[in-house]
Amino acid sequence: MTAVARLTLENIVKQYPGCRANDGVDLVVNAGEIHALLGENGAGKSTLMKIIYGVIQPDEGTIYWEGKKLTLQGPAHARQLGIGMVFQHFSLFETLTVAENIALALPAAEARDRRALDERIREVSAHYGMALDPRRFVHTLSTGERQRVEIVRCLIQNSRLLILDEPTSVLTPQEVADLFSTLRQLASEGCSILFISHKLQEVRDLCHTATVLRHGKVTGACDPTIETTDAIARLMVGEGTPLSTDVPPADPGESLLQMHSLSFRSEDPFGTSLDRICLNLRAGEIVGIAGVAGNGQDELLRALSGEITVPAEHLTFQGTPVGNLGPDARRRQGMAVVPEDRLGRGAVPDLSLVDNTLLTASAQGMVQRGWVSYNKVRDYAQRIRERFQVKASGLDATARSLSGGNLQKFIIGREALQKPTLLVASHPTWGVDVGSAVAIHQVLVELRDQGAAVLLISEDLDELFQLCNRMGAICGGRLSPLLPTPSLTIEQLGQWMAGDFADSADAEVNHAVA
Amino acid sequence: MLSLERRGVDSRLMRYGSPVLALVLTVVTGFLVFLLLDRDPVEGLRYFFITPISDRHGWAELGLKMAPLLLCAAGLTVCYRAKLWNIGAEGHFLMGAVGASIVALQFSESTGFWVLPLVLLGGVVCGALWSMIAALLKTHFHCNEILTTIMLNYIALNLLLFAVHGPLKDPFGFSFPQSAMFADSALLPMLIPGTRLHIGLLFALLAAVAVGVIFSRTFIGFQLKVLGEDPQAAAFAGFPQKRLVWFAFLVAGGLAGLAGASEVTGPIGQLVPQVSPGYGYTAIIVVFLGRMQAVGIILGSALLALTFLGGEMMQIAMNLPKAMTGLFQGLLLFYLLTCDAFIHYRLRWNAKAAKPVAPASAANTTLAGQER
Repeated sequence: MTAVARLTLENIVKQYPGCRANDGVDLVVNAGEIHALLGENGAGKSTLMKIIYGVIQPDEGTIYWEGKKLTLQGPAHARQLGIGMVFQHFSLFETLTVAENIALALPAAEARDRRALDERIREVSAHYGMALDPRRFVHTLSTGERQRVEIVRCLIQNSRLLILDEPTSVLTPQEVADLFSTLRQLASEGCSILFISHKLQEVRDLCHTATVLRHGKVTGACDPTIETTDAIARLMVGEGTPLSTDVPPADPGESLLQMHSLSFRSEDPFGTSLDRICLNLRAGEIVGIAGVAGNGQDELLRALSGEITVPAEHLTFQGTPVGNLGPDARRRQGMAVVPEDRLGRGAVPDLSLVDNTLLTASAQGMVQRGWVSYNKVRDYAQRIRERFQVKASGLDATARSLSGGNLQKFIIGREALQKPTLLVASHPTWGVDVGSAVAIHQVLVELRDQGAAVLLISEDLDELFQLCNRMGAICGGRLSPLLPTPSLTIEQLGQWMAGDFADSADAEVNHAVA
Repeated sequence: MLSLERRGVDSRLMRYGSPVLALVLTVVTGFLVFLLLDRDPVEGLRYFFITPISDRHGWAELGLKMAPLLLCAAGLTVCYRAKLWNIGAEGHFLMGAVGASIVALQFSESTGFWVLPLVLLGGVVCGALWSMIAALLKTHFHCNEILTTIMLNYIALNLLLFAVHGPLKDPFGFSFPQSAMFADSALLPMLIPGTRLHIGLLFALLAAVAVGVIFSRTFIGFQLKVLGEDPQAAAFAGFPQKRLVWFAFLVAGGLAGLAGASEVTGPIGQLVPQVSPGYGYTAIIVVFLGRMQAVGIILGSALLALTFLGGEMMQIAMNLPKAMTGLFQGLLLFYLLTCDAFIHYRLRWNAKAAKPVAPASAANTTLAGQER
């Protein structure tokens, strides 16, 4: 390790209208160090990254790059200095090849010699164990491979600081392991890595030091290899917030929901078609579906909510075919859905909580002959707010003004209060603070204990293992077999997430026989 | 340095203050225009805004012009709340006028009390049928309603011209392109005796109030609002999107058709090519000026009606072209759209000055958005 730190930030302040995203942040990243930047959604991690990568300018504070004071002109300037960034949402052109995508980020002189570039891509990717064919088109690559393209693109530019924004959220456990070995090799060769995450176990496995942000401020720095996950979580969420829910064992009853070889052809070229999905969901159980984003979770949710209709008998609920019914009719039968997009689907951003209550709870006696009784809607909204401790300035506050966690409590509460027999929830705790996540988990468990069936679609494996009594994975629109959680290993689930399983159709038959 | 900055929360003050500010700026600009034209600006503004309504007759004329504007605007409000950008009120209006005329000319000898309702119904049905074309194109072929409704306006105008030059032409009218005069039984009763103000204004006020009630009390109004705010949420909630589009278009078409029918059975008494001075287009300004609220569009329609009267007064008193009406309407819309920017944004002098910190909840959402 050299005496001069590779990157030093002093007292970085960034003010956005209405919030102070970074409030006097100090950070030191040494050469060859894997440095974790931890914090909940909204803690200011992304803002800080954008400042380091030159996307935005800080209002106050100083940046030192290898000891020299620096004012970044923009991302091109940062790349020139040797700062590379891999965004959470990849910036790749799907219609171009790997080499073309990489050439786009290079100076014209280097980009022109394609043959040399191909050679360098092969060299770099082989050196770090990330096999890549420079001639392949990006749209044919898996998510993990696309991430490699992004990383190789940074490495070819001789990055000495690599910023990775939540890189593991799109990967299967096996891919995560591969990524980590690459990162360790990079660090050992002297490259500094800034690793943004909120997954504590990963940080403990990989990182040398960690800086924790909360509400735009640094709340602590620690050595993640020594600290326990609970201690680090405390730094992230602050005192007085419960960190997890106790989940008593489930007691499944009769079968409620059945998918019989449910298929759906997506017309969206970037969508995923559902392929003969079979699933049997019983009362009083939580079934989990893991999977890497974009593998058909959204389509499955829409097929269950009624936004996508299928032949009636492909989906039966309490013995009745419901596949051809729309969302409203299904809700009347007791099927409730919590979509992953809170703002813009589960709730209308610019309407009040009262109006957003009416959105899906209208069948609870709020509308008579086309007339809305706003008193009843208000009462209902108030009950949601009290029962689920939704923090809002009032019932007339817009959905947009609520924090992610509070809005999610409101949406889950709105569905739970209607006493559904089935609740399908997609990524219910995505981007939610730990306190709200615990509350949301409690609601799901309560519903289960009241005899409802809960289907939990999530990318958060910890959440799935904690709550579900059976689970499987979805990959490319196909559903893996479902196994009881205690007998399922994370390796097995990882293989399923990567698509390594026999057809769910056959598996479900076997399961039913067994 | 001057910069526009997004407000944390939309400004309520600007939402309702913007039309007033736009009107003030329009008057100021009008003042300058008169100066440039070498006319006395004070006198010009007085002739435009005050003289037309300085007596009972003037107010009656104002009401007369308000009626079609407000009827069209009420219908458009239903569409615009759902963010269905129907520009076709002019076409619905013209087809309503043609439809009413067809019915009225069938009963030129009848004196029954049922003639007038039938004639008005003819207008409503024709206007609604015309709007159905755009609705069908939108719901079944995903055609952009802005384009289809504008094009349908031209088709409607040419159908009107065809009608007055052909099948509906008065056989004893010396070949003038106009229909025969309607029978008295097909004409709207007067609201104030001795003036031209007819009961069409009552229809219009009723329509505005009805639209207000739809959006504040009924479920279909709520569904339209959600469809406009957030189509994804409407789909998630399971609202019947196509049916809502049809409802909005039919209401807009029916009301604009009624406006057209009220014009031919009111002040004109026959079908003529120039039945509309652009009411259907001006109604668009009324809706935006009136903030898509019942009271707002009533006030807005009165103001825009005044611009028609003012333009006529310009011709009579100051020998200026009627285009002054269009000038003032254009200025008003231009300033309104400009001022509306300040609902969501604020002007700031110095980008480096300290900013007040908003409530924590707002801060969290903003950040969450950025994290994404």
